[in-house]
Amino acid sequence: MAAVQGGLVDAVEEKTIKSEPVADATANNSANDARAPSSSPGSGVSPGVNKPAAGAAEDQQTLLAVLQFLRKNNLSESVEILRREAGLPEDSLDQKGGDSTGTGLGGPEADGRTDAGSLLSRVTVSSSAPSKAVAEDQPDVNVVLSAYSQQGDPALYEVYYSGLKKFIETVLDCHRAELSQVFYPLFVHMYLELVYNNHENKAKAFFEKFSGDQECYYQDDLRVLCSLTKKEHMRGNETLLDFRTSKFVLRISRDSYQLLKRHLQERQNNQIWNIIQEHLYIDIFDGMPRSKGQIDAMSGSLAGEAKREANKAKVYYGLLKEPEIELPLDDEDEEAENEEGKPKKKKPKKDNMGSKSKKQDPNAPSQTRIPLPELKDSDKLDKIMNMKEATKRIRLGPDNLPSICFYSFLNAYQGLTAVDLTDDSSLIAGGFADSTVRVWSVTPKKLRKVKSAADLNMIDKESDDVLERIMDEKTASESKILYGHSGPVYGISFSPDRNYLLSSSEDGTIRLWSLQTFTCLVGYKGHNYPVWDTQFSPHGYYFVSGGHDRVARLWATDHYQPLRMFSGHLADITCTRFHPNSNYVVTGSSDRTIRLWDVLNGNCVRIFTGHKGPIHALAFSPNGKFLASGATDGRVLLWDIGHGLMVGELKGHTDTIYSLRFSRDSEILASGSMDNTVRLWDATKAFDLETDDFTAATGHIHLQDNSQELLLGSYMTKSTPVIHLHFTRRNLLLAAGGYNP
Amino acid sequence: MHTSLMADREERRFAEVSRESIKLMAESAGVELGDDVAGLLAEDVCYRLREATQSSSQFMRHAKRRKLTVEDFNRALRWSNVEAICGYGAQDALPFRSVKDGELYFVEDREINLVELALATNIPKGCAETMVRVNVSYLDGKGNLEPQGTVPSAVQSLSDDLLKYYQQITRAILGEDPHLMKVALLDLQSNSKIAALLPYFVYVISGVKSVSHDLEQLNRLLHMVKSLVQNPYLYLGSYVRSLVSSVMYCILEPLAASINPLNDHWTLRDYAALLLSHIFWTHGDLVSGLYHQILLSLQKVLSDPVRPLCSHYGAVVGLHALGWKAVERVLFPHLPAYWANLQAVLDDYSVSNAQVKADGHKVYGAILVAVERLLKMKALSLSQPVEGGSSAQVGSTMGSTGYRVSSPGLSPPPEPLTEAALGIASHLQAGGSGCPWEEWTPVPLPAMYSELYSFFGDSLAVRFSTGPGKGNYAPCNPSQVSNSRKEPSGATSNPDTTRKMPQLTANLNISPRQDGSPRMDPSVARASSVQRSRSSSSRSGQRSTGLSRDVFPKARFTPPQTGPPVFSFLIGGRQMGRRCQGRRPFQTTFAPSASLPIPPRAYTHKLPVIGRVGKPVRRWTCSHYSLHLPL
Repeated sequence: MAAVQGGLVDAVEEKTIKSEPVADATANNSANDARAPSSSPGSGVSPGVNKPAAGAAEDQQTLLAVLQFLRKNNLSESVEILRREAGLPEDSLDQKGGDSTGTGLGGPEADGRTDAGSLLSRVTVSSSAPSKAVAEDQPDVNVVLSAYSQQGDPALYEVYYSGLKKFIETVLDCHRAELSQVFYPLFVHMYLELVYNNHENKAKAFFEKFSGDQECYYQDDLRVLCSLTKKEHMRGNETLLDFRTSKFVLRISRDSYQLLKRHLQERQNNQIWNIIQEHLYIDIFDGMPRSKGQIDAMSGSLAGEAKREANKAKVYYGLLKEPEIELPLDDEDEEAENEEGKPKKKKPKKDNMGSKSKKQDPNAPSQTRIPLPELKDSDKLDKIMNMKEATKRIRLGPDNLPSICFYSFLNAYQGLTAVDLTDDSSLIAGGFADSTVRVWSVTPKKLRKVKSAADLNMIDKESDDVLERIMDEKTASESKILYGHSGPVYGISFSPDRNYLLSSSEDGTIRLWSLQTFTCLVGYKGHNYPVWDTQFSPHGYYFVSGGHDRVARLWATDHYQPLRMFSGHLADITCTRFHPNSNYVVTGSSDRTIRLWDVLNGNCVRIFTGHKGPIHALAFSPNGKFLASGATDGRVLLWDIGHGLMVGELKGHTDTIYSLRFSRDSEILASGSMDNTVRLWDATKAFDLETDDFTAATGHIHLQDNSQELLLGSYMTKSTPVIHLHFTRRNLLLAAGGYNP
Repeated sequence: MHTSLMADREERRFAEVSRESIKLMAESAGVELGDDVAGLLAEDVCYRLREATQSSSQFMRHAKRRKLTVEDFNRALRWSNVEAICGYGAQDALPFRSVKDGELYFVEDREINLVELALATNIPKGCAETMVRVNVSYLDGKGNLEPQGTVPSAVQSLSDDLLKYYQQITRAILGEDPHLMKVALLDLQSNSKIAALLPYFVYVISGVKSVSHDLEQLNRLLHMVKSLVQNPYLYLGSYVRSLVSSVMYCILEPLAASINPLNDHWTLRDYAALLLSHIFWTHGDLVSGLYHQILLSLQKVLSDPVRPLCSHYGAVVGLHALGWKAVERVLFPHLPAYWANLQAVLDDYSVSNAQVKADGHKVYGAILVAVERLLKMKALSLSQPVEGGSSAQVGSTMGSTGYRVSSPGLSPPPEPLTEAALGIASHLQAGGSGCPWEEWTPVPLPAMYSELYSFFGDSLAVRFSTGPGKGNYAPCNPSQVSNSRKEPSGATSNPDTTRKMPQLTANLNISPRQDGSPRMDPSVARASSVQRSRSSSSRSGQRSTGLSRDVFPKARFTPPQTGPPVFSFLIGGRQMGRRCQGRRPFQTTFAPSASLPIPPRAYTHKLPVIGRVGKPVRRWTCSHYSLHLPL
């Protein structure tokens, strides 16, 4: 045990030096976080054009909010410094803050504020919203909702809405689909306004009359909304806060927008106009209006579509260059050849070609963009093993489908909630609802613990087989149980070197387990709410986690605090994955969006919308170019990371998709679902499309419905939901799930 | 709650807590609420419930389940800083009970006797160990290696060892060698590693339907069921349903083997019934949902005159196996109607009817045994609660507990089962089929006795008058009785002694007395009017016995000086032979003067074996056959 812990400490020391820049960056990060969501409030509808002046005002407001926050927390020195740096006059705070300086943010008196005050209150809210999740500060609902206090005649709401409805129904077909997008956010905000102003019956009538018109994929949100009929209910309702704190984003062509604007101005329909100004963000583009199909493909998330700018940042999706490893190729190869009688010449050639092609990838990040741990000898050995296996890999294709092995968890009455397999498929671990984590060896090699410290002292440390000697034969068994969590284990991940195991649980912690001693090494506390998922980086050392608090965190195993916090999702983060080059993480959420985050600076570089339900499965293609995502709606969506576009939709599953995996060479995508099937899709064909410049520029995708052509096979299990999939190094597909009698 | 919005956009119909409920709850907590306050509270409670439900669904999603559990809901509550609800964590469905008057449904929250639980001898089985098994499901994406459809199997491959074991065991059990079979059954009963084979065995057992012509095979399969049920390492789970249905098949179906009168299918039915009761006792938690369903199907068979008598027999022994409460609720109310049919069979002396008549006697005997226990247990249950202060339940629980300890096979199902039968489903079913579940009211013991007496006459009475110490309890006053009752409760546990228990007799003894003798007359009159089919001679005979003693039970304690009770023993013969077993009791009615070939005591001692081991006593059969059959 001591030896292993020592080993860990060594690793820690190695890395602390490298990770310093990362840690420094963390400090900036929180500021980034605060700024990103708050960029909208001041700008109003300002149709898609960047106004520098508005931006400056906005910055100042943000600054004021930060100052206020600092002062509230009695950090007077920081206030002073920040104020001086920003060049603000000394009384700037007191002027605007007025009553709030003493009591902090908002408060019940926020209702009675003057206009200037309410403007400020909105600023403080939007900046405090993200920090809410972090610091657990519930934003004051009154402040959040204060915007609803300006009300019109409640009796006229229905008239307004149906007036607009009539108008949109009569416009030209090409605009109708686009303008129809306005219905849902408008409906929600009008309803909330009615509720907020205590017109309960009016609100109910309004809901009953128009909720049927909304797109079916908003049903879940409507259900929440529908149960909300009193002002008191709005307090603490998260969904509601989401509607208010984030602007619903719509993409509308300029023509359609002009049409709508003209109509509303002609009718003097200020009520609706106000809502559009206050709560909607309309992203206007020039060109042809989109069709209904195009809109439907992209909409469905909690807060509308992603803004176009959100997906413009450059993403280095290429793979890192593999480290040069001197292969003792010849000796090994001869043996291999003797065994299998394969022609000798081919293999070295292949390897050479492989290493050449990896040399230059223009889309790859620089090798040192993120400090990565150095390879240990054992890692190198593993890489060699991996390469050897790779040469024996089966080339898959539509005519050459993989064999599927199913790992069934029997007698798992305590509820199997998560499964992971090591990359070399030698260990399988399960997380259970009874808070345990169980590890099985799926090879004949049994699991052994390291000897106790006293026994370790007795070992001859110079002997060649010291690694073998430190193991305690008496503890050999097929499986081990790890106790430590106090809630169901929802996420589980092996480290690439198979020495560690991560588990995340409802109890709000992530635990790092040693697979040498089968004990818990660290409990990472930071998420104060259930942690739904966690995953190790493909290079080890880092890991990412996400949970109910809507913040994804990047950790390093030797830091008890997160290095990065990725905030921006509007609902629970349900799954997290690392990009193969470790420079990015992707998170899926129950706000029905997928976000790609840059590990270096913590920025959100991609927002993908289009799913109609919480996302429960994500997978990067091995070449790093593509992403597949699966959700409760039973659809798999395929994304081109570089262009930030949806490139495919795979329909077929009838229930939540819990697992996705690409074959080792990206030819096949396997998806496993709650509907007890594994489906195989032709990934080569799905990604084989030309992205023209126009599509890339506008983001208007045109999907063909070719799911049936792409579906290569559908394989039933027996009453066993498929919750994990894994391709072995030789492309054998392993699936796992708990048998449900 | 999920249904609500999708289904009705026009009208929001959430599950709602009504104002009245809130008021009631407040009252129970000692608070008076005004209407408006209750209304507001109700609305808020509804909202909070909906909110909690919505957030609990995410726990379900992340646990990768389709079913929302109480645990999920509790987690949602906990995260919103509300105290969790304890006591509903069981995986099984919680049946709702309804209150007879008023539309009130509630989940039973019964008190648990911790002492009993702690000292229980049947320690719940642990689940088998969680494990991972791998099988190649699809090779090269084509085909499934495992044959589909032949075996209702779990997703699991059998290792070679298991497969061999399975083959050996099934071969041994279904094979010829009785010794080998015994070994196999024993192993099946104690082997801890056969969980994976369970589905296969269950499948084999479900083959009863295909071997209904082969008594021997049926018997072996039933033995297999017994072994599986008794295996402490096996978690039967939902397979228990399949087992129960196989057992029920053996109890109820007019098996092909029954066509040949030489086949002793009666024993098979008895054994199957025994097994059923055993399953209900040892796996009560798994089959509680089935209890009511089984009662219904038994009832259906019993009330269907078209069914052969052997099916009726099965229904009676099945009810008997399910406990005296089942007998009371199903058999007893059906008896008047059924009796008419049975009587018709028994009164037909034509040669062509001989076989049917013999079957009829079988049924007669089975009913008699069932009602005997009903009376005894009811008397016992009535006697207990006085001290406990609680309802009759406690008494009966204790009574049945006592039973369980010594002979689980004979015991009534554990108390909760009986109650579980009143679940919401039963309520619905009752509404649908119009069976008298809801209207059912317990018949007081004396009335019950007198009604039964009107059917069985002294054949019934004599069952309570055996054994020594008849005189002890002759003078009955309540205090004495209660004393006497406490003492025997331990003794009751042994059914064999029960039969001869003088104390029990005493219990019974008192019941008519409590009611007072005058009641006798009307009840007998009523009873006799019910049985129109009864021959006039029998009626007069019965009545004369009934009337001759004003308190007839008391008369039971005097040595059998009167003729009729002496004859009536012979109903015990139901068990005695294959063909002419049950004929004797009816001697009382039409041959009161016939001299007794065998002293009654001899038969009474055989009574305990009734319904369990069929040992044909041929000699008896032969010797008395000619006497009473006008052949």
